[in-house]
Amino acid sequence: MSGTNRIAGKGRLVPARTVSFTFDGRRLTGVEGDTLASALIANGIHLTGRSFKYHRPRGILSAGPEEPNALIDISRSSNTHTPNVRATVQEVFEGMTAQSQNRWPSLSFDVGAVNNLFSPIFAAGFYYKTFMWPKAAWKHFYEPNIRAAAGLGVSPKEPDPDRYANRFIHCDVLVVGGGIAGLIAARAAAETGASVVVCDEQPELGGALHHEIDTRIDGQEGFVWAQEIGSELAGMDNVRVLTRTTAFAYQAQNMVDLVERVSEHFANPDKLVPRERLWQVRARRVIVATGAIERHMVFAQNDRPGIMLASAARTYLNHYGVAVGSNVAVYTANDSAYRAAFDLKQAGIAVPVIVDARSDVDAGLLAEAEALGIQVLTDHAVVDTKGGLRLKSVRIERVGGGKSRTVEADALIMSAGWTPTLHLYSQSRAKVVWDEESARFLPGKAVQEMVTIGACNGTDALDALLEEAANAGMEAARLAGFAGASGYRAPDAESLTSRRGALMGAAPGAGPETTVKAFVDYQNDVTAKDIRLAVREGMHSIEHVKRFTTNGMATDQGKTSNIHGLAIAADMLDKPIPQVGLTTFRLPYTPVTFGAIVNHGRDRLFDPTRKTAIHKSHEALGAVFEDVGQWKRPWYYPKAGETMHAAVDRECRTVRETAGLFDASTLGKIEVVGPDAAKFLDLIYTNGWQKLAPGRCKYGIMLREDGFIYDDGVVGRIAEDRFHVTTTTGGAPRVLHHMEDYLQTEFPDLRVWLTSTTDQWSVIAVQGPKAREIIAPFVEGIDISNEAIPHMSVREGTVCGAPARLFRMSFTGELGFEVNVPADYGRAVWDALWARAQDLGACTYGTETMHVLRAEKGYIIVGQDTDGTVTADDAGLSWAVAKSKPDFVGIRGMKRPDLVASGRKQLVGLLTADPKQVLEEGAQIVADPNQPVPMKMIGHVTSSYWSENCGRSIAMAVVADGRALMGKTLYVPMPHEVIKVEVTDTVFFDKEGDRING
Amino acid sequence: MRKYSIFAVAREAMRGHRGWDKQWRSPEPKKSYDVIIVGAGGHGLGTAYYLAKEHGITNVAVIEKGWLGGGNTGRNTTIIRSNYLYDESAALYDHAVKLWDGLSQDLNYNVMYSPRGVMMLAHNVHDVQVFKRHIHANRLNGVDNEWLTPGEAKDYCPPLNISKTARYPVMGAALQRRGGTARHDAVAWGYARAASDLGVDIIQNCEVTGVRRGVNGAVEGVETSRGFIGARKVGVVAAGNTTTIMDMAGVRMPLESYPLQALVSEPVKPIFPCVVMSNTVHAYISQSDKGELVIGAGTDQYTSYSQTGGLHILSHTLDAICEMFPIFTRMRMLRSWGGIVDVTPDRSPILSKTPVPGLFVNCGWGTGGFKATPGSAHVFAHTIARDEPHAINAPFSLDRFRSGRLIDEAAAAAVAH
Repeated sequence: MSGTNRIAGKGRLVPARTVSFTFDGRRLTGVEGDTLASALIANGIHLTGRSFKYHRPRGILSAGPEEPNALIDISRSSNTHTPNVRATVQEVFEGMTAQSQNRWPSLSFDVGAVNNLFSPIFAAGFYYKTFMWPKAAWKHFYEPNIRAAAGLGVSPKEPDPDRYANRFIHCDVLVVGGGIAGLIAARAAAETGASVVVCDEQPELGGALHHEIDTRIDGQEGFVWAQEIGSELAGMDNVRVLTRTTAFAYQAQNMVDLVERVSEHFANPDKLVPRERLWQVRARRVIVATGAIERHMVFAQNDRPGIMLASAARTYLNHYGVAVGSNVAVYTANDSAYRAAFDLKQAGIAVPVIVDARSDVDAGLLAEAEALGIQVLTDHAVVDTKGGLRLKSVRIERVGGGKSRTVEADALIMSAGWTPTLHLYSQSRAKVVWDEESARFLPGKAVQEMVTIGACNGTDALDALLEEAANAGMEAARLAGFAGASGYRAPDAESLTSRRGALMGAAPGAGPETTVKAFVDYQNDVTAKDIRLAVREGMHSIEHVKRFTTNGMATDQGKTSNIHGLAIAADMLDKPIPQVGLTTFRLPYTPVTFGAIVNHGRDRLFDPTRKTAIHKSHEALGAVFEDVGQWKRPWYYPKAGETMHAAVDRECRTVRETAGLFDASTLGKIEVVGPDAAKFLDLIYTNGWQKLAPGRCKYGIMLREDGFIYDDGVVGRIAEDRFHVTTTTGGAPRVLHHMEDYLQTEFPDLRVWLTSTTDQWSVIAVQGPKAREIIAPFVEGIDISNEAIPHMSVREGTVCGAPARLFRMSFTGELGFEVNVPADYGRAVWDALWARAQDLGACTYGTETMHVLRAEKGYIIVGQDTDGTVTADDAGLSWAVAKSKPDFVGIRGMKRPDLVASGRKQLVGLLTADPKQVLEEGAQIVADPNQPVPMKMIGHVTSSYWSENCGRSIAMAVVADGRALMGKTLYVPMPHEVIKVEVTDTVFFDKEGDRING
Repeated sequence: MRKYSIFAVAREAMRGHRGWDKQWRSPEPKKSYDVIIVGAGGHGLGTAYYLAKEHGITNVAVIEKGWLGGGNTGRNTTIIRSNYLYDESAALYDHAVKLWDGLSQDLNYNVMYSPRGVMMLAHNVHDVQVFKRHIHANRLNGVDNEWLTPGEAKDYCPPLNISKTARYPVMGAALQRRGGTARHDAVAWGYARAASDLGVDIIQNCEVTGVRRGVNGAVEGVETSRGFIGARKVGVVAAGNTTTIMDMAGVRMPLESYPLQALVSEPVKPIFPCVVMSNTVHAYISQSDKGELVIGAGTDQYTSYSQTGGLHILSHTLDAICEMFPIFTRMRMLRSWGGIVDVTPDRSPILSKTPVPGLFVNCGWGTGGFKATPGSAHVFAHTIARDEPHAINAPFSLDRFRSGRLIDEAAAAAVAH
């Protein structure tokens, strides 16, 4: 038996297909196709949760995504807990574990409910007025306790085992919503041959047809028609139908984001199937057919389990075959609740009374009610309810007071009218407009290529809706370029359902009293009196009301509460509703799993890992890698049992004594080509390029507009009109952008083309006294004698048979070459060079050794020894700034008073008094270590290493007026000692610089 | 002003909270004021409050085109810290932190300053160098900031993934224990209430349409959607809209405005005890007292005045969050929004006099202005009242862009504020 409240012969599920699941440990049976909510109601369970603040017992309010109360923790195993799942959306599956939240020790006996007793204190915003004394108590007592009481579900504690997927698609027409309007529009558009995507959040198409069984289309029940047209659409090559798919965001330029729940409803999903899939759809035209959401009635004690929306009750009955109670009262201000009452009555459920707050009710409805034997009390209100964990009775009075009567009921269904679902429309940045006649906000003028149709457009009459939808479909296709007439004709349809009537704000029965609890926002426990209090306290903007009361800020984002809150505030302010205005519809429409947005961007794919073409050889050599931007660079190559320190010392020694191989492929490379290439570089770099002869190289620095160093590198002139530019590893992309930016915006007349070639070249630096001997056997077509290829030269030829650009240059101060070969040859060339290098006693070295060797020579690293506040002169590089050039990027910036003032921090060397002591990089430098805090800091250590070649520690630093302090003693105050240092120049090894010339 | 306290709340509870006063008055604008502040965010309202409280200047109007606290004050991720590198920044932000501690009592409004610690993650050698530099400088400036090993970082924030095989493993962290969060709306409301009580007029839904200057060039007042309002001194504190208003006074500002997005998850029970920032992977996260994970994203790449941005920006941030905290993949994004941040060339704010006599400007806070609110307001009030900057904001002058005396925290540290 799948629950005592199943009505034989009602609904569309197959009762024999049972599914078993647990709720708070209790084993229950549902039916395939049930939501958790329908399965629980079938089992007589309405109590599903506790509210946020007062811990009041709460039942299922809705049958859709607007659910504020029935939030459940769902899991299939210990690592798949998902908190705050709406029971009205989650389908049951075999073996599902469902647990209620925000209660202790149990749902029916919750200690937190004591808060309800203090609810007079816990009015809106009370926490801003107290918890301030004593001061320290906020951090140590109040806040921890408030935090513990707040929150709803419990966060997952283990990493998520599931997968998520992502698709980008384009289409001519995207239809959001698979109700009558959406389906007709999609069908009409599809007929023209346009590519159509139609999505709907429910497992089955049909929208309101799920409950409106009186709507007949082309002579059959509307829901059946919807399934037929759905299969017809699905069968068309140009159509994609996505169910269980929520459009949650409308972005710029008709990009709509959808999330599809792919496997969360399966008992044993295939491991290869994602849990959810993100669809990012770029559509030529978008048709928004998102329908409307019914509002609850705001009256005293309107939150007991068993009190729910009329359309929800009708859905549970007509679709799931479940009765929401055995004795169901109705409180309404809208015609549609009558239809729900009639359906229930006809299914054999007692309907003791329909209480209608309106005095003017359609005579036909009244007659129908009478014929069914249902008592209707117009101009009446429900003013109170009774029942602890389930509704027991309702108290009814004539509007405006009078004698009250109590009617027993185990459920009360209600409708205050329907709110058009404008979320997506509004997210598209279009404005909503107040429609005085129907008293609701409706779409105004679209600002993107979109149109709204159906209930969300305020189109109530079925005839009008059919025509509007068919036209919208054909028009969208036409505007997307499918001019051929659509042969599609809208179906004939008829319906008894009317949605006439709207009540916004407090219903009769909410009372003007300040003590009555008439809930506006169920989940956040916001009552009508809270909203009134906010206004009374001066919160006159609706945004203030929202933030002060938290109305509409719960997980349902105010789908049922926003309009009520607005109306109550407007009433208090004595202003018409449109003058108070709506709060912004923020994305997403319904909460979206982080995983779906992240999808493949996890673990290794979180960020691309860039490896050089030689990476595998480094691995084989046992390299330890360092992250530099997205690159993995060999840091050092330890031999068995060697520490990092020992490995680096060995590498440093070997390079200077013999030679070393270094993979420099990650350096940025840009090919600058064109008749004006030299002219362009003149503008980008501080030094001059016109006179550089082809075959020669030069070190260049570039500045930002503000005059500070931006990047540096060696540039080789390959031909008159061709330069091989190198940048720092981290700077590669931004330097290219920087160059392109200037080329396109400031110097568009120059005939220059820029191409990133970072990944195209493998670069092997061979450095050390034996560098020439290592490469000699492999080089063809280039004379590599010292005379033929002096320091700072570049030649083209072949290396190991591969076309090569051979640079004679050095970042170590030793004789050096940099072999550039196409990346595909990189590894083979490295392996060949390494085989020979090894025979000659050379080593491979990593970034750490590279850093030490260059520091021994006083070469800077942009980004380490400079930090964006360092000028060329600060770094001791004024020799690289042309004095005679009229213009280059940064020339104005670098001449500003403060950049040429005295007292600037200048790059210097530092030697510790104790040669064994290595300074910490980043340590601050002071002149007087005995001054009190805050101390006057005059600089900091930028680079610091143990130098095996110097037999002592060395450091570089920027120090105010540093070059004037040579030989002076300064101090580095550390937490437990003060280190004495001497200021020196920055060259620590081979001060004469002879070694570089080989 | 009726004092807020637990006793007042209890008393009101017994009579249906009928006795509360309006938190701030909503008067019609007077013909003129001594000082007009343009922009009723935290910085603007705070400025008015300190003008009244500390300088005795109570004939002040705060003019706001929308609703007070509706700009970046009500849109940010509420991170508070002061572990900045340069002396100038450390002084400014630490001045703010000192005022945060005690602000609830000063305003008699619980702004929920929660010094739960801000931890900044280092993911590579460069990060380590930069953070160590900060820690050393902070120590000598008397600002707390300490180095944590990956294990210590995990102890401080248990959801953190410190696996060595992560794409960007955590190599350590800098922790400022006095850093934390505060309740953003309460800051705006608390200042508004206290300022209003001291006589300041807060005029909402009043858009400035022009700045009137006299024959000598000095400010005479502002044209607004509700007519001309006179004042000898005008302080512009309008974040992303500063450029537009300063234009009206003929002052070109070195600012660019970008959209910046943030999001919150659905609320859950306490799981995240502190604030974590990772500039390398772009993840900024804390948990609000309500239980929502509050997550900040980076700015869009292009300038815009649109308070929205693309999903790819949120996606980039959530990638990073789920990488650093893999337990959160099944959590859900509840709400996301954007604000417009005004960014200066050196990413440090401008708190300054201007070339126009009587016109003052407080702007350029970029992505990190909330943390400075009380400090900024305090020294800006001083600047307006005395017609000269406070020692703390003197370096943050407008003419530093002409002289080149920049305070380039971001360049120095590759750190977002």
